[in-house]
Amino acid sequence: MSANAGPQGSAAPLEPPVPTQKPIKTTGLHIGEAEPGCAKVDPILVVDNVRRTFGGLTAVDVAHVEVPRGAITALIGPNGAGKTTLFNLLTGFDKPDDGKWTFDGRSLAGVPAYRVARMGQIRTFQLTKALGLLTVMDNMLLGAKDQTGENMFRALMPFLWRSQEEENRAKALDLLTRFKLDTKKDDYAASLSGGQRKLLEMARALMSDPTLVMLDEPMAGVNPALTQSLLDHILNLKSQGMTVLFVEHDMHMVRHIADWVIVMAEGKVVAEGDPHEVMKNPAVIDAYLGQHHDEDIGEDQSTEAENVSAIKELLDDER
Amino acid sequence: MDWGAIFSNAAVELISPTTAAYALAALGLAVHFGYTGLLNFGQAGFMALGAYGYAISILTFGFPVWGAFLVGVGASVVFALILGIPTLRLRADYLAIVTIAAAEIVRLLFTTNTFASVTGSANGLSGYKNEFAALNPLAEGSYGFGPFQNNAYDTWLRIVAWSIVILAALLVWQVMRSPWGRVIKGIREDEDAVRALGKNVYAYKMQSLIFGGVLGTIAGMIFALPRAVVPSNYQTTLTFFIYAILLLGGAATVLGPIIGSMIFWVLLSFFSGFVARAVEAGWLPFMTAIQGGQLRFILVGVAIMLIVIFRPQGIFGNKKELAFVR
Repeated sequence: MSANAGPQGSAAPLEPPVPTQKPIKTTGLHIGEAEPGCAKVDPILVVDNVRRTFGGLTAVDVAHVEVPRGAITALIGPNGAGKTTLFNLLTGFDKPDDGKWTFDGRSLAGVPAYRVARMGQIRTFQLTKALGLLTVMDNMLLGAKDQTGENMFRALMPFLWRSQEEENRAKALDLLTRFKLDTKKDDYAASLSGGQRKLLEMARALMSDPTLVMLDEPMAGVNPALTQSLLDHILNLKSQGMTVLFVEHDMHMVRHIADWVIVMAEGKVVAEGDPHEVMKNPAVIDAYLGQHHDEDIGEDQSTEAENVSAIKELLDDER
Repeated sequence: MDWGAIFSNAAVELISPTTAAYALAALGLAVHFGYTGLLNFGQAGFMALGAYGYAISILTFGFPVWGAFLVGVGASVVFALILGIPTLRLRADYLAIVTIAAAEIVRLLFTTNTFASVTGSANGLSGYKNEFAALNPLAEGSYGFGPFQNNAYDTWLRIVAWSIVILAALLVWQVMRSPWGRVIKGIREDEDAVRALGKNVYAYKMQSLIFGGVLGTIAGMIFALPRAVVPSNYQTTLTFFIYAILLLGGAATVLGPIIGSMIFWVLLSFFSGFVARAVEAGWLPFMTAIQGGQLRFILVGVAIMLIVIFRPQGIFGNKKELAFVR
């Protein structure tokens, strides 16, 4: 069941959203057995011994993990598994206790968030951060890299940055058209719906031509109609040569579009693999079902319970 | 009751150098608070640095006007760096606490007897106007008309003060419509989002703090030229008056602070004249003349409250911006 499908037992159960195009899965990403921390043929992001504790709680303790280039990788796990914390660490928004990680061969340990973004690793947020009192167009233009006019003194001389601004504007309009937001370009971002803000955030991230796009729960709070177009957009990122790493709770979506799945539980990577295979992994079933094995989850509508029912459903599908 | 005198005294404030100084200081605060979202409660400190920087440079060191001007500006850049380096990485409210304390520290340093030979302690400084008056190209005589009739020095001061205000307004208008201003406004909305797009938020906030602070400092110099520099002028109430002006005109606007300052001073002068004469005429028998002097601030407060209640975006603010409560 998708997170947005409404209460179970309502009249007609909604079909889980699927992308309009048939996703072309990338295979042959790993070397050797598909086990936690396995090597990839062409990794873009390599994480080694990254640990983050909050007081006595170890939120993230990842020994080794590699994210394959040019593929869509899903990061899944039950609530509190440390997915978002890992995201924050990898993008420089939080500092780990120790550990190192490289992006495209360059070490990112201790690199501030804005510089990580300039290297081409752009993230979005779980709680959408549209800049409400800026227009949709201004939101987009903010995403462009290396703007001459962003220097305070050059800002005073419009002839220095006007042509670049026009180029960025054309590019932004093109992206907005693709994301079907072009009619909203002069509206305040605050006037957009939750789903449109997710689209805007993704489009804004693309303004800088990133190599790795990290999406933190791109489907959270998005209605099923928009989910479909979001799925298409994520698949498009791959076809344009970008690497995608996303956190998601919606198992159907993960199975549909992900080429590779990394499963986290209690801060550690417990399983990795092809989306169809990884769901059968006992470690994954333990991670999700272990917490709930003796509870009646029939009427429970929490995200956890949805995950559990989703994974059960998927296991049934696979048989 | 002499209504003519009341109105003409109020009209004088429309273009007085003090109004220009408050407008410029409010413009600096618009850069800080309205555009960048920095809660600077120490604008009085920046103004004090301008006034003292100018006066001390001329009186103690015998600098020319431009040298004294640069000393004041330099002092405020250093002050902004000292405030910003530890606090701009923290949450917005820390800056508010630090700036209000730092402005008080500046004022008390100028008040203390230890430096009385340079700062004049609580009596302040005066006698630094000759250098500025010497630059006056206007011949002796009277200029202007009606309530705006002034001697050569006062006319010269008004021309310089308002030219600086207009120049600063154009400068703020230009940078805020540039990509730099877009980043600055983005930081006001959500600095993490801007950081995730590859902008060095810390550096932008520092630039904004320095820019707005320098405007406040120049305002301090204009404020000092028609009067003496006295430390008690730079109390926190000065900052709050400037905030009142800013909210009156519209926080994220260029014209707002300027028109807001004009309205504020005209109202203040009008109420002051009106109350003083009303007490004299026995209209307010329960009140002494001294109490009457305080009543004007109450009336101005009520007037500002009414504007903020019925026009919360300020005079020039965009109503649409308020439709979305975050």
